[in-house]
Amino acid sequence: MANHTLAEAIQIPYLEEKGLISWITSTDHKRISILYLLSISTFFVVGGIAALLVRLELLTPGKTIVDAHTYNTLFTFHGTVMVFLFIVPGIAASFGNFLIPLMIGARDVAFPRLNLLSWYLYIAGAIIIVASLLQPADTGWTFYTPYSIRTGTDVILLTFGIFVAGFSSILTGLNFIVTIQKLRAPGMTWHRLPLFIWASYATAILQVLATPVIGISLLLLIAERVFGIGFFDPAKGGDPVLFQHFFWFYSHPAVYIMILPAMGIISEVIPVFSRKPIFGYKAMAYSLLAIAFISFLVWAHHMFTNGISQLAAMIFSFLTFLVAIPTAIKVFNWTATMYRGSIDLKSPMLYALSFIFLFAIGGLTGVFLAALAVDVHIHDTYFVVAHMHYVMIGGTVMGFLAALHFWYPKMTGKMFNEKVAKVAWAFIFIGFNVTFFPQFILGTEGMPRRYYDYLPKYQPLHELSTIGSWILAIGLFLMAINLIRGLLNGEKAPENPYGSLSLEWQVPSPPPHENFEEIPTVTDWTYGYGKKQ
Amino acid sequence: MEEMAEHAHAHHVDPVVEYQSSKFGMWLFIATELLLFGGLFTAYTIYRAKYPEMFHEQHLELNKPIGAINTVILICSSLTMALGVASIKRGKQELLRLFLSLTILFGIMFLINKYFEWGHEFRDGNYPGTSIFFSLYFMMTGLHMIHVIVGLLVLAVMLAWSFTGRFSDKYNTPIELGGIYWHLVDLIWIYLFPLLYLIG
Repeated sequence: MANHTLAEAIQIPYLEEKGLISWITSTDHKRISILYLLSISTFFVVGGIAALLVRLELLTPGKTIVDAHTYNTLFTFHGTVMVFLFIVPGIAASFGNFLIPLMIGARDVAFPRLNLLSWYLYIAGAIIIVASLLQPADTGWTFYTPYSIRTGTDVILLTFGIFVAGFSSILTGLNFIVTIQKLRAPGMTWHRLPLFIWASYATAILQVLATPVIGISLLLLIAERVFGIGFFDPAKGGDPVLFQHFFWFYSHPAVYIMILPAMGIISEVIPVFSRKPIFGYKAMAYSLLAIAFISFLVWAHHMFTNGISQLAAMIFSFLTFLVAIPTAIKVFNWTATMYRGSIDLKSPMLYALSFIFLFAIGGLTGVFLAALAVDVHIHDTYFVVAHMHYVMIGGTVMGFLAALHFWYPKMTGKMFNEKVAKVAWAFIFIGFNVTFFPQFILGTEGMPRRYYDYLPKYQPLHELSTIGSWILAIGLFLMAINLIRGLLNGEKAPENPYGSLSLEWQVPSPPPHENFEEIPTVTDWTYGYGKKQ
Repeated sequence: MEEMAEHAHAHHVDPVVEYQSSKFGMWLFIATELLLFGGLFTAYTIYRAKYPEMFHEQHLELNKPIGAINTVILICSSLTMALGVASIKRGKQELLRLFLSLTILFGIMFLINKYFEWGHEFRDGNYPGTSIFFSLYFMMTGLHMIHVIVGLLVLAVMLAWSFTGRFSDKYNTPIELGGIYWHLVDLIWIYLFPLLYLIG
């Protein structure tokens, strides 16, 4: 861009300049978005391979392919990579970066260089996390004390990697909050913002306010291992449950860092493919903020069986039930948006519908878990594993894939093969359910999570689950091949193939460096579908 | 800080919006710092409630006069920092350099005192891990010290830049943001001093 005048720069598509150096030094939010998209997808594959190995090991009781210690390190690595390198940065850093400036009518984020620095911090954290594989940790991604103090594996390197990646998350959140507050185009009032922007804003608040707490928790855990400071060590007068409080004070809001952007995406996709305005816009916007707010008050529901007081448990149980209200508002409003709409089942819409269906299951089983007596019974069983994956894959990953197919023409300027996309979707949807639905049943029958070995009576369901993981993997592979093929020899994408009304579709595909020739003036909200145009 | 102040030149963002954005970004960053320290303050609250006698007995081993002197030093440094910001807002470059230098000098004095103080604790056999109290003492003052060092590096960069004449009454956002950060460092110490040294 340096060699062109501004007027010229406006015309050049952001993908034009070639070469690795031009990519890793670019402060263009769209290029940084692609950098994130490639990096998080890489770690999705890495974490996914670890998951396939975990599932393969669980195919039979006793040893199938690896020993118990290796199994422990595998699920730890799977959890850490998927949580901290894929799903937490995930949609926010990739699609958030691409879409926020375009959707609000800005030329870039508020701090473009800080944005690039965030990506470097993410990569630095990722390298450290991968380096810990030399002596992989076996604590699970939750690092509970006192085991994480005593284990001989490399907890320090792994947690330090997460600490560094956390800075990336904080700076991205900070950047987005300032961008959304200060750089909206004229006329783009809060109540005209696309819901994805509201979702990104709520997410960014969580990133800024919760991430420092995991930072200090992990620093204290490292200090515990290096100096033996004793905060979390009962032998020195400390309290291991305190670590859990610290950890979940971040990691519960982090669950919403993962899911809120996906909810934003679904709110963009559903109106476009139903040709109807979003139902209950304000309720949708404020329910996002409500979820973000309540998420700070529910962390101890991860600890109902760990010796917290009965009164505290009852309060946290009640607060957890509260989350169901704004969440249900969202599910009802998406459904109501589709009601009597002109529904077009293109691949983004299929993923969006899968989101609603699977997230409803994930969310409702969360209500089971919020109930104290039920939780005591199924705590730390496969029921929790299934619940979490229904929310994280059924929710966030489905949202991510919906976004990937929806904005693919805009980001790449190419079209993918829609038929193959639908076949891949079918594999993913079926594979996911075959993998995780049996785990609900396993959990209610008493199969504990993270165990290497199990009683023979659990084997049929474990086999089913493992077979499901293969179907899911085939679907994801097919999807990836389809998108890569589209990139290489897909048709050229028009400006607005899906007929969306939001601002990012009103610029060329792929968008030019400076996004808009002239900053637009906004006169209406984004969801005026179904009117005569 | 520089990033926040100097970004987006290629994008021709309105300087007023740019200034507001930078300041808002800095305050958000301050919020994250408070939450980072918040974890330690929480741990302090919990363990002081759990072990009041331990906290009382062991805090007597801390060197109150050095702690008090350091408090005065940091408050003075906040004053010189504020004067530095006020100077450049009036376009007085020499005064900015003088006050930045004084702030840095105070910061270094703080670190020298801390070096002798910690050395003294180590000779007395008090380390992180000696007891929950001393673990908290070293973690809290240690994390604060890291912030002092980072603050000094930032101020040193500001001082170097101030010689290039890039700051004026019209453009001084980095100085102001650096000032906000330095005041935060000072403010945290003002809480640490009574909590650790002056337990009644």
